[in-house]
Formats: sequence, structure tokens, C-alpha cells
Amino acid sequence: MWSYSLKRAATTAVTLLAASVIIFAFIHIVPGDPIYVLLGDTATPDQIDALRHQLGLDQPIILQYLTWIGHVLEGNLGRSIFFQAPVLSVIADGAETSVLLATMTMIWVTLIGVPIGMIAAVRHGTWLDQGLSGAAMLMASIPTFWVGLYLILIFAAWLGWFPSSGYPSIFEGGVVNLRYLVLPSLALAAPNAALILRLTRASMLDVSREDYVRTARAKGIRPWQVVSRHILRNALLAVVSAFGFTFAALLSEAVVTETVFALPGIGRLVVQSILRRDYPVIQGVILVIVVVYLLINLIVDLSYRLLDPRVELQ
Amino acid sequence: MLSVRDLTVSLGPATAPVDIVAGVSFELAKGEILGLVGESGCGKSMTSLAVMGLLPQPGPRIRAGRVLLEGSDVTQLQPWQRVEAGHGRMAMIFQEPMTSLNPVRRIGDQIVEAVRVHDRVSGPPAIARARELLELVRMPDPAMQLSAYPHQLSGGQRQRVMIAIALACRPQVLIADEPTTALDVTIQVQVLGLLRELCNRLDMAMLFITHDMGVIAQLADRVSVMYAGRIVETAGVEALFGRPRHHYTRGLMDCMPSRNSGARRLPTIAGQPPAPGTVRAGCVFASRCAAVRELCRTAAPPRAEVSQGHEVLCAFPLDDGGSR
Amino acid sequence: MSRDGAIFWLKPFVARPIALLGLGILLGTVLAAIFAPWLAPYDPYAIDPSIRLTPPNALHWFGTDQFGRDTLSRAIQSARMALLIGSGVVVFALATGVPIGVLSALFPRLGHVLMRMVDVLMAFPSLLLALGLIVVLGPSVMNAILAIGLGYTTTTTRIVYGLTLRLRVETYVEASRSMGAGTAWLIGKHILPNLVSPLLVQASFVFAFAQLGAASLDFLGLGAPPEIPSWGNMLAESRTFITRAPWLLFFPGMMIVATAFSLNLVGDALRDRLDPRFRQLFGEKG
Repeated sequence: MWSYSLKRAATTAVTLLAASVIIFAFIHIVPGDPIYVLLGDTATPDQIDALRHQLGLDQPIILQYLTWIGHVLEGNLGRSIFFQAPVLSVIADGAETSVLLATMTMIWVTLIGVPIGMIAAVRHGTWLDQGLSGAAMLMASIPTFWVGLYLILIFAAWLGWFPSSGYPSIFEGGVVNLRYLVLPSLALAAPNAALILRLTRASMLDVSREDYVRTARAKGIRPWQVVSRHILRNALLAVVSAFGFTFAALLSEAVVTETVFALPGIGRLVVQSILRRDYPVIQGVILVIVVVYLLINLIVDLSYRLLDPRVELQ
Repeated sequence: MLSVRDLTVSLGPATAPVDIVAGVSFELAKGEILGLVGESGCGKSMTSLAVMGLLPQPGPRIRAGRVLLEGSDVTQLQPWQRVEAGHGRMAMIFQEPMTSLNPVRRIGDQIVEAVRVHDRVSGPPAIARARELLELVRMPDPAMQLSAYPHQLSGGQRQRVMIAIALACRPQVLIADEPTTALDVTIQVQVLGLLRELCNRLDMAMLFITHDMGVIAQLADRVSVMYAGRIVETAGVEALFGRPRHHYTRGLMDCMPSRNSGARRLPTIAGQPPAPGTVRAGCVFASRCAAVRELCRTAAPPRAEVSQGHEVLCAFPLDDGGSR
Repeated sequence: MSRDGAIFWLKPFVARPIALLGLGILLGTVLAAIFAPWLAPYDPYAIDPSIRLTPPNALHWFGTDQFGRDTLSRAIQSARMALLIGSGVVVFALATGVPIGVLSALFPRLGHVLMRMVDVLMAFPSLLLALGLIVVLGPSVMNAILAIGLGYTTTTTRIVYGLTLRLRVETYVEASRSMGAGTAWLIGKHILPNLVSPLLVQASFVFAFAQLGAASLDFLGLGAPPEIPSWGNMLAESRTFITRAPWLLFFPGMMIVATAFSLNLVGDALRDRLDPRFRQLFGEKG
């Protein structure tokens, strides 16, 4: 188990390193002189000199990369042109919103997707199953921002049950402010819940075809016992390992959802930074998201292994 | 003990069913071992699953016929329904011991699960019974094996566990679907010996399915030969091997290498078994039968009792001397 | 029954009517895209402020937008962009994924390096990757295709890699190799034909999800330029008016959903066709 963990951690580190090279190169492949890319068009000569010195922009590219890595490890991700503040703090400001949004979404996805997927699997072949599977496929075909816009139209504009935009922090206004995240998280959850539903269903059906499930049935135990004791655990393993991938999809789609709902999160930050040409922020956000994504995948993978005694006992 | 009458298993829509197993009938008396032989794809596994009530759903279903366990009709009932109705004393073991046990649960748990269903006990008495069952199947070090995981056991040991699980219901009938095919030859002998001994000791009837004629010769009391979803011949084991009356059975016997074969080329039966549903009239074996007549292709063959306890599905069976 | 006959491929559609519906919608969309100029009742670009923001009526089935343009005509015209982006993404993903996947599987040492690179690419969530590329390359239709396509290159490569690995150890491939068959011949004769069916399934799904990705990019203003009608652009423009003119939100979104859904249905049906269990259920030999 330990040797496997170390191996996986090492692979992740290497992948991260390679990705960091690409992210570093980002500033240099964007059209324009890197200095102006980083400082914006209104940079003063003093700022230019300072930056040139700080980043060693006249050094060979490898040294620049290493300097950049060094800064990153210290927490220095550069300086936002628009905010005139460290990129890391700009990102940190948006972190609360995005993390809460992602968490709420994952909760919806799990609460909706898994049980309904199970029902569809157990009622395999019936109208209920076909209906649920069809509905799931339909949901997976709907763009999240369209769901978001409709939720705003119906629940915010017409019914007034939920606010349509913004998010005041729960640290200032209390937990009740979570209601600002209800509609956006539902919009994000919709297609992902559908995919988890289909995955749960497929996984359960696959496991139910295994020989040992047939053995279990032969013993004469009740169908629900067959499901809960033999099918569920093995089927859910496959679903859990898909959570990492789902999370990545969330990170991507949150970009659009935060824009639709004007949430002060990292996703909207990216979009605005693109429109404002605030390249240091773009680079910083991509780096942070990639790190988070790889870490989540690593954790999910290791816990998957933990749950499977075949690996544990080796 | 076990009576199967005119069992028909089919696939496809109800308006146009495709029969994989058609009109299969046999009887199993207490303590008797009936061998069910046939080539791959002849429907013997499907028959055994249908008899056990384990047909996968959705999928093939019993379209006609009856399965009677000690006189009670259990035809369309799944195992758990049979247990509820009090007719749960039929068990089954399967071909692949490597995949037939749940890999993430301990052996003891899996045996206890079966014990709890049939003995209605749990806790220490159930565990004790599980251990007893492991001893019954001659498992070395039963106490330790209870807490083992399947992947820690060898193929032969896993098959013993399967048998132990099957014995938990104190079965009157044990269905064994090619239980030794996936095992090493040396282990095969042990497991077969174990099965034989258990049948004797526990007065348990066994339906033993295989494509290995050699195993049948040693193990079975009576044999039914299956071809393309139908039983073409049923007889006592000596009668079947010594005086086969169906042309297919005769062909099978001829195909078997023996000490007398010498360096001669082994005979074969030309052709392939027909796909289910493709033979609409006449005998299913007509296309490959050496003694085929016009009538064979148009009229379904009758089931004839050629001597005491010896039935053949043929209009023109071989005579007693084994030739035609 | 011939394995490659039309009947073979159509059976799962007949068996499940909803898949037939999907096929129908798909055909409708393709036809709409091809014959857009003749099908559209009005010029999609024609501005008429006097009829701005009118709800659906007999003259304008889908209503009009804030410039008085006919929504139905614009929606039909947008089908062209949808098809263009979809096909572009699929072509790109296949053109990159197949060679990399096949070569990686056949030449293990090269494969090791290439698949590591694919792993690195997969460390970037797809939309983020697309956004990054758009920033570097600039927003345009071509770049949108590239950006979205690259996200599917990785999954396609993985699938092709896995399939080719399995095919490589098939006995007939090994037998051919031992007889001295050249690699190119092997690829052409044995590997590629066996990739066609699974890739057809994959293509359907990629086409479907490319619609959603393109719509997102357009909505953010980073995809197709606003002058070109696309469903995503139409939705972006509708945003300020959704309370006053909800039909502007409904129809373009519906088109995206219908296209993606129909492609998913078709892909599902095709995948069922390849699943051996399907044949068991329907009494086919195999």
C-alpha cells in the first residue's frame, strides 16, 4: 500500500512538473512582449526594470522557469495588473465562493445521481428504468448556463424564492447566505448528476452480472440483500473513482456558471481576467486549479485502493 | 426428488420466441447422480440455470414446462422465493471458482450468509455451522480459512468453499455445472471424489453437467445426452456407453480415443450444431446424421423407450447391437 | 445476417423507438444546416427595429430579438455553425488521437513518452484548457475548434491506445507479425478496421459534447464572433432581455439540447450494437 502510494504521489508530482512548464510558457506564448503581458500597457519604466530584475527576464529561459518555480513555492504567483495586488490574494478572495459552490454541487450530484442510478439499475428493463435513463441523457445534454438562466428566470425573477446574483460571504452574513449558492449549484449539478446517475446504473448492472452475484442469488437471500451486500460496495467503488473526473468537470463548468450568476469566485475571475488581459491572474488561476485537480485525483485514487482489500493485503 | 418436464427456455419477443432449450425432461431420484452431457452451446448450462431459478433477468425465460422439487412446483420461482415457500433445498455450484466468490468479503461471511438463510440462526451458532461445513468438504485448517479472502485460496479450495456454501441448505438436489472443468487434473480428481462421497453420505441427488465423457463414466449413475437444446438420449451409464441407441451418442462414443484406437485417425461428426431457432421442422440432428431419412427432416422425432430406463429421441434408433 | 449490412446497424434503432427519434432529430438538424438559406423564412441578418422583441406569432414562429431579427431564421442559420464546430472537433480529435494512440500501442517505448504527455494534457480541465488556448490564439471559430478539440484528443487517444493494445495481442495479429507483415500493413488491415465501430460511437459523443463546449465559449464571448449566428451567441445576447423576452432564451437553448441529445441517443444505440450482450438478448448468434 505504501509503495503504491509513493509511486502514485511521484507520478502526480512529475505530471504537475510537466504541467507547470506549460503554464510557465503561457506568458511567453501569448502575443506580445512578456514584460507588457505581465505589467499591462500602462507600466512605468521603473516597474519594467523592477520586474525585469525580479524575474530575470534577460536570463536564459530555463533560469526564468526555475525562478518562477521558486517564487511559486514561496507563494508568489505574480501581480495582478487590474487589481494591482498579489495574484495569490486575488485568487484567495475568490476561493471561498468557488469551494462552497463546488461542495454544494457535489452534494446535489451525489444525493440525486447515486440513489436514482441505483433505482434504475434495480428496475433494469422496466419503463421506470428507461424513463430515468432517458431523462438522465437529456439532462446531460443541457448546457449548465442555460439551466442557470432558466433557474434565474423562474426562481429568482418570477417566484422570487432565491437571489439571482452575487454572494455575500457567510462569514459576514451568516449561513443563510448560502441561499445565494442554491441556484448556481443546482445548475452545475444538473448535467453532472445525470452522468453520475448513468455511471452508477451501468456500474451496478456490470457488477450484477458477475459470477459471485449469481452465487449470492443461489443462496436464496432476498434481492435487496443481494444488492446491498454484494452489488453496492463493488459498484460504488467505480463511481467513487469517477468523482475526481467529475470534480474537474465542475471546475471547468463553474467558470460559466459563476459568470451567469455573477458570483465572486475563481471561475468568474478567469473570465474577467481574460477580457481584461490580466495575464498573471489567468496563469495563476490555471496553476492553482491544476494543482487542486491533480491532488483530488490522487486522494480519490488512494482511497479507492484503501477500500479494496485485494490491494491492502498484498 | 427432482422432476423436470418439457422444459422450454427461450429468448426474444413473445411473438417470435427462439428456443434455446426445448422439451427437456428428466427425473432425479434420491441419492442418484444424473450426468447431463453435450458439447458447448447445447444448452446444458441454460437448463441448469432454469431448473435452479437463476435465469438472468431480463433475458431468457422459461416459456413452457415444469420443474418439480419433491412434488412441489418451483418452475418460475427464484431461489429466494423457493426458500420462502419452504422448497429451498436445491443448491448449485458453478464452473468458475475464481470468480464465483465475492472478492471483498471473507470466506466465513459468505458461508454464514447461506447458513443464516436456511438454518435461521446467526452469530456463534452460524459460525460453528460454517466451520462444520468446511470440515465436511475436507478443507484444511477450517478455523483459519473462515477469515480468509477468496484471493488467498487456490482454485480447488475455492471450489470446496462453493460446495460448503451449497451444503448449507442441506440440499436434496445439488446441481453442479462443470465444477471441475477449470481446475487442474489432479485437483479435479479430489473434488469429484468429494462430491461422490457427499452424495452417498448425505443421500443427496446430483445433476452433474459436463462435456467430459470420461468424468461421466466414473461418476454418474445415469446419463442424459443433450444436443441443440434437446435431450436425445437418456440411459444408465453402462447402457449408454456400451449400447448407445442415438446416432449422436454413437458418434460421440466413436470420437473418444481409447486404447484400441491405435494410430488410426479419430472419427468426427461432420458439421456444426444448428443455431437456436434455425431448425423449424424435423429432427435437430438431421443435418449431421449418418443414417438420416426423408422423414427425419420433416417430422419431429418421437421419444421412444427402447428398453427399461433407456429413452431415445429418434424415429430410427440404432438397434441393440449398436449398429444400424 | 451480414455484419456490415445496413440492417445490422439499424436494428438497435428499431428496437428502441427513442433512438429512432434521435436519428430523426439529427437528420433534421443536418438538413437544416445544409439548406438553411432556403429553409429560413427571413434573412437571419435583416434588422427591423419596428418589430423588435415580439413574442412568437404567426409571422415569426420563434419571435424576434432586440434588433427585430427573426429568431427562427437565426436558429436555422446557427445550425451551420453547430455542424461546423462539431465536425471540426471530431475530425481534429480523430486526426490527432488515432495516430498517437495507435503508434503508442505498437511502439511501447515511444508510447510511454506519448501517453505521459497525454496525461499531462489531461491535468487541465477541458474548458480551462480551451480558455487558455483561446487566450493565446485569440477568439475565432478555428481556434474554438482547436481548443475544444484538444480536450477530446486526450480521451480519444486513450481509447484508441487501449483498443490497439488489445488488438495487438490478438493471435491473428501476432501470427501476421511472425509471418513478416510490415507495421503499416498491419495497421491498415487489422487495426484500423477494428477501430471504426468504437470510434464511430466515440465520435457521436464527442460531437454531442462539443456542442455544449462551443455554446459555453460563445456565451462567454470567446468563441464565434458575434456577427456569426450561433446558438451560444444568441443566448449570450438574450441575457439582458430574459425577463422581457423569454422566447429568446428558450429556442436557441432548445436547439442545443435537441442536437446534443439526439447525438447522445444515436451514440448509445450504436454502442449497444457493439455490445455482445445485446445480441444475446435479441437472439442473435454469437
